[in-house]
Amino acid sequence: MTLAPEWETVVGLEVHTELKTMTKMFCGCANAFGAEPNTQVCPVCLGLPGSLPVLNVRAVDLAMAIGLALHSTIASSTFHRKNYFYPDMPKDYQISQYDLPINSGGYLDLPDGSRVSIERAHLEEDTGKSTHLGGSGRIHGADRSLVDYNRSGVPLVEIVSGPDIRSSAQAHLYASELRGILIATGASDGRMEEGSMRIDANVSVRKIGQPLGTRCEVKNLNSLRSLQRAIDFEASRQFELINAGGVVRQETRHWDEGLGETSTMRTKEEADDYRYFREPDLVDLVPDGAWLERIRDTLGAMPAERRAALRAHLTNPSPAQLDALDVVIDLGFDDYVLGAIAANVDAALAMARAANELATDVDHLANLTSDAFATTLTMEQSGQLSATQAKTVLLELLAHGGEPRDIARSKGYEQLTSAALGDTVSEVIAQHPDEWARYRDGDDKLAQFFIGQVMSVTKGQANGKAVIAELTARR
Amino acid sequence: MRPARQIAHDVQSGVTTAESEMATSLAAIRAKNEEFNVFLYVDEAGALDAARRVDQRVANGEPAGALAGVPLALKDNLCQVGIPTTAGSRILKGWLAPYNATVVDRVIAAGAVVMGKTNMDEFAMGSSTETSAYGPTRNPLDPSRVPGGSSGGSAAAVAAEMTPLALGSDTGGSIRQPAALCGLVGLKPTYGLVSRYGLIAFSSSLDQIGPLATNVADAALLLEVIAGHDPLDSTSLPEPSPSLVAHLDDGVAGKRVGLVRELFEGAEGEVVAAVHRAAEALRDAGATIVELSVPEFRLGLSAYYLIAPAEASSNLARYDGVRYGLRVDADDVAAMNEATRTVGFGAEVKRRIMLGTYALSAGYYDAYYGQALKVRTQMIDAFKRAYQQVDLLLGATTPSVAFKFGAKTSNPMAMYLSDVFTIPTNLAGDAAISVPFGTGEADLPIGVQLLGPGRSEAQLLAAARVLELADGRP
Repeated sequence: MTLAPEWETVVGLEVHTELKTMTKMFCGCANAFGAEPNTQVCPVCLGLPGSLPVLNVRAVDLAMAIGLALHSTIASSTFHRKNYFYPDMPKDYQISQYDLPINSGGYLDLPDGSRVSIERAHLEEDTGKSTHLGGSGRIHGADRSLVDYNRSGVPLVEIVSGPDIRSSAQAHLYASELRGILIATGASDGRMEEGSMRIDANVSVRKIGQPLGTRCEVKNLNSLRSLQRAIDFEASRQFELINAGGVVRQETRHWDEGLGETSTMRTKEEADDYRYFREPDLVDLVPDGAWLERIRDTLGAMPAERRAALRAHLTNPSPAQLDALDVVIDLGFDDYVLGAIAANVDAALAMARAANELATDVDHLANLTSDAFATTLTMEQSGQLSATQAKTVLLELLAHGGEPRDIARSKGYEQLTSAALGDTVSEVIAQHPDEWARYRDGDDKLAQFFIGQVMSVTKGQANGKAVIAELTARR
Repeated sequence: MRPARQIAHDVQSGVTTAESEMATSLAAIRAKNEEFNVFLYVDEAGALDAARRVDQRVANGEPAGALAGVPLALKDNLCQVGIPTTAGSRILKGWLAPYNATVVDRVIAAGAVVMGKTNMDEFAMGSSTETSAYGPTRNPLDPSRVPGGSSGGSAAAVAAEMTPLALGSDTGGSIRQPAALCGLVGLKPTYGLVSRYGLIAFSSSLDQIGPLATNVADAALLLEVIAGHDPLDSTSLPEPSPSLVAHLDDGVAGKRVGLVRELFEGAEGEVVAAVHRAAEALRDAGATIVELSVPEFRLGLSAYYLIAPAEASSNLARYDGVRYGLRVDADDVAAMNEATRTVGFGAEVKRRIMLGTYALSAGYYDAYYGQALKVRTQMIDAFKRAYQQVDLLLGATTPSVAFKFGAKTSNPMAMYLSDVFTIPTNLAGDAAISVPFGTGEADLPIGVQLLGPGRSEAQLLAAARVLELADGRP
């Protein structure tokens, strides 16, 4: 069920992103996903008695880069301890930032023209990861629990938006745009499936114009799809509850992807008192002007700016072309596309090939130079390669590198000379006089028939556009 | 037992060997440990190994370090690889530290021979070693009395001539008070002068590691070895270790010393008298004595008993039975945490965890912890004002000489008052030293305390040396 027309959904998002540093936030252990459990640990990230944290300056660099990209005010900040007991948190407190975060304020402009305010983006450390086996499969009621502390102490930035989002679709757009920014700053790889970007949604509903309603915080949103579904579910639940004369309780709710619904995790009354106080083992973080300038200098263009730059090359783009553009921005294929455009390749073609072919093999982009991409597309555009052949060449370039012309030759994609093609077209026409007559009388559909015949004779070596040119010349 | 600097000199010059000094120390420990309950763990094999390495260095003609062959005792809240480390608590029984505290690395590099780990009040919370889960340590000068605390084991090790030197830690007086009660020199360094890496935290913003010795020069020698910047401690001061031994004979001529009323009022008459005699001795050595009142010092105890427990409530949260130390099994994780902590912590530790948790709780933070931080700021300002008038401050270390077992265990406030003169220095992050000066009841030693601003250790040691000479010790 949807909300009544005079009602609206109000959403604020808390996005946790793991920072892509070499080492953890407070020790020298590797920050890498997927290692054997408890192999990337030391006295500090295990919280052993007597150990002390030392701040990783690279994590601060990346937090500041995020702040700059979000137009935040970057100021002197402090660390606090957030105290609560949990087995995957080795010190039973989390080092986080509280009243003085490194980044405060700011905003994020979305592709639909809306602007979402940013309240803060602060540094904190990640916890370990629990696995609950047997029984309920959750911490209460499992037969046993295992903890992997490899993630313990991995640097995080938590980005808190204002309650400015008005629909699940806008929330999706915000999260996706933010993800683009995190990737563009080099702060994160944005991999939600590996938990390097995690989202909590604060959802409430209200009659338009009324004060904000009571919010519920929805956790366990592991994909943009979950985010959108959970917000829709939660807004409907609250609306129905109010409609039925009920009252929304402030609480934390768990999203169950399988059931497609949220359920109570803990109520406000059960919430922990975190007893925040200044972390006495760390000193204040005071980024000076020179440090900030150094980060500003290394910051590239953000997705919005890049999207606008590429968009300018498309006239009246179709939805499919805009989708391709999004993929190009998301995956950072700007240089390939701009290089091809500079070599006079059609922008839509360049974006389509990047979004479809390059996107299938992002792990091997190092094999493909911008020049090779442009050359391949130029060959396609000039008729030296068919579309299918151009795609095959691109995939081959990604897999093994090399020169497009060499690959085309080795694949036997020797283009027929015009003379040879002309002879073949004449032969095919001679063999199908009836079809030719109908074509000449204006039945354009038969062009496809003749292309098919030519392809068959040439075993796919002919270029469709060149065949049409030959047919047109004889019509 | 010979002074540490003499032993180091003799070992380096081949007059004696580290191994024979180690054997002497070990014999003393074996003879007296049962009676005084000083060492919780004696590392015989490790000590022998360390001594032989020092002797090898000497045999090779290499410098063996400023503490070459000097037997040394570690308070049991300092981590040493492979050595049981309990912080005096049942909750860490059997835990073997997998790494060295920075100070342990430094004393070993300087040639010291670590003999073992000494008893202490549980997690350094106490002033008598009576809160140790492993029984109290007896004062070697009078076994019916406490050695003070929390570094009571380290003080007793030196007082019983088991080792010439020991390391302790001082959060509210835990080096200076036992030094005073055992007739030793004990120094609490400027916050950040000595790395806390590997010191099991009680109250992180107050804790400092420091030396306990029979004489001022040995305290200076050990402090020089352990002080100086450590990249593993973010609160470590950036400077290298200061030169201290070279300034021992600088004296106090021309110095202004503030005799602070609040640092002896309420003490036993014999203690007050000793403080005044110490002032006379400093005057005789050329110092100007200025009588001062710093009323803010009276607020120290209340602020301390909010700040230290608040930090402790967080620092001790990690002892939850999940990863190391004691685990008492129960139906689920929360019940296991609770059962483990109920069995693993003693009454005083529980009292302070509750006090600290309360002080930080929503709705109470401003009235308690927040207020204590304001008092702390006032304390820092009060010290600053005092040091605009004088170079050093003088007072008592403790209100009385060593007290009898059980005298204060039933009344926590009475026990807390043992630290009333030492706490202000910790709150300000400054330095202070306790030096024996005369005796009182039952011929037991009295300690007087010299206080100085941050990084004034050289001045403090020089002034303490003046008092040591005036007290008739060469």
